[in-house]
Amino acid sequence: MMRFVDAVAIVAAILLIWLGLYAYAGDVAITSPLRTFVFAAELLSRASFWNHVGATMAAFAMALAISAVAGVALGLVLGMRRFAGEVAEPILSSLYTIPKVTLYPVMLLIFGLGMSAKVAFGVIHGMIPVMLFTMAAAKNIQPVLLRTARVLRLSPTQTALSVLAPAVTPEIITGLRVGFALTLLGVLIGEMFASQRGLGFLIINGIEVHDVRMTTTVTLLVVVFAVAANGLMLALDRRAHHFA
Amino acid sequence: MTRTRGIIWTRVALIVGAVGLIELLCRLGVIKSLTMIAPSQMALELARMIASGELTAPAAYTFTEVGTAFAVSVVAGGALGALVHVHPRLRHALDPLLVSWYAVPFFVFYPLLVALFGLNALPLIAIGVIFAAPAMMLSTLAGLDRVPRVMRKVARVHRLSRVQEVRLITLPSAAPHLFTGLKLAFAYSFIGIIAGEFILSGGGLGYGIAYAYESFENRTMYALMLFVLLIATGVNGALHIWDGRLARRRGRT
Repeated sequence: MMRFVDAVAIVAAILLIWLGLYAYAGDVAITSPLRTFVFAAELLSRASFWNHVGATMAAFAMALAISAVAGVALGLVLGMRRFAGEVAEPILSSLYTIPKVTLYPVMLLIFGLGMSAKVAFGVIHGMIPVMLFTMAAAKNIQPVLLRTARVLRLSPTQTALSVLAPAVTPEIITGLRVGFALTLLGVLIGEMFASQRGLGFLIINGIEVHDVRMTTTVTLLVVVFAVAANGLMLALDRRAHHFA
Repeated sequence: MTRTRGIIWTRVALIVGAVGLIELLCRLGVIKSLTMIAPSQMALELARMIASGELTAPAAYTFTEVGTAFAVSVVAGGALGALVHVHPRLRHALDPLLVSWYAVPFFVFYPLLVALFGLNALPLIAIGVIFAAPAMMLSTLAGLDRVPRVMRKVARVHRLSRVQEVRLITLPSAAPHLFTGLKLAFAYSFIGIIAGEFILSGGGLGYGIAYAYESFENRTMYALMLFVLLIATGVNGALHIWDGRLARRRGRT
């Protein structure tokens, strides 16, 4: 009950801030919440809008798959090999602090306009956090677990499946949650610069043709999607940590 | 000690090797000069831009913005963290907001902020603060949570005043987390502002890169990128070393 009241209070506060901004800046900058919701409903029933959603989701799914698989694999290798891990960690964490948007021209020059540049942009944003979390998980496995596996004479496959995998899964899920958010950010930024399709394109195009309603509404839909996805993954995350 | 040294040298060798490889590929023409210029050329062009003073204005513009956003984030984030820490009810309510904060792709707000504040430094600073302040707030909360109970009791036994308690007990205990907060606040305000300049702005380093890209001035573009890269890794590295020193000093006492 208390959580319900809190949620209502937060939503009400956000709506109030929104109304305040609307009162301050007016229709030239932002649309009112009510009009935005009405337009959101209208957009969601348009087939052409779903084409843009499809374009974003296709690039996002591919980028996420690459970030997740490559990030977990490299993270595990670096985590298990202590020396390589210690060499790599500061390099990775400084790569993480670079404003990667500035690398966008390089991505375009290498991959050309279109899908592959968007995917590459998502991957450079999302892969490093997945790697860092996986590395930390693999590094911090308790030695007693591995010793127990040896005492029980488990085969390497058995060790990997019944000892290693359960030990690192919770941290990897946390890493994937962070990676998910950053990959989405990367793909959207990619679409904002060099794309004729996708949600990022709709937002930047709305600014260029002064379609304030489009910009506000698509921004709202993207935020709602990101928060909902994060909520789902957070629930999964908490369960995994609880059972571990 | 030899192991630590081995790690550092391997790291240096790795970076030098990677840069050397790119240099070689560029010189041999495997990477075309339209795609990327050789690292040595980037460095030369950057040196020329610094010497001729071309870089001064955009760099000063960006650093002022980053500095302002960083200062506001640290003060506001720290104050909010401290405030929320003493009101558990408020903290409980804000929890869902804070855990989903960094899931929101904030750059999509940037066009809205420009429409609200106009095309000047204000929306950039705003996005830097939106991006950086919650990290500082979360780190402050984490730090305050880890002040040992017994230390608070010691403060009471010694009848320390509120100010004394903060100075002698709270700040030293929370320091490692506060330091992490500073590191994150810098990284996030830097990322937020450069990216904002790149997307939609009329000045600064990010704008310079976007402008050079659009007018096919590869040399300028890569020189500016190198500069941003050096600043980010430089500040990050300095904070990393400082953090290590503080940790060692704590270990001694």
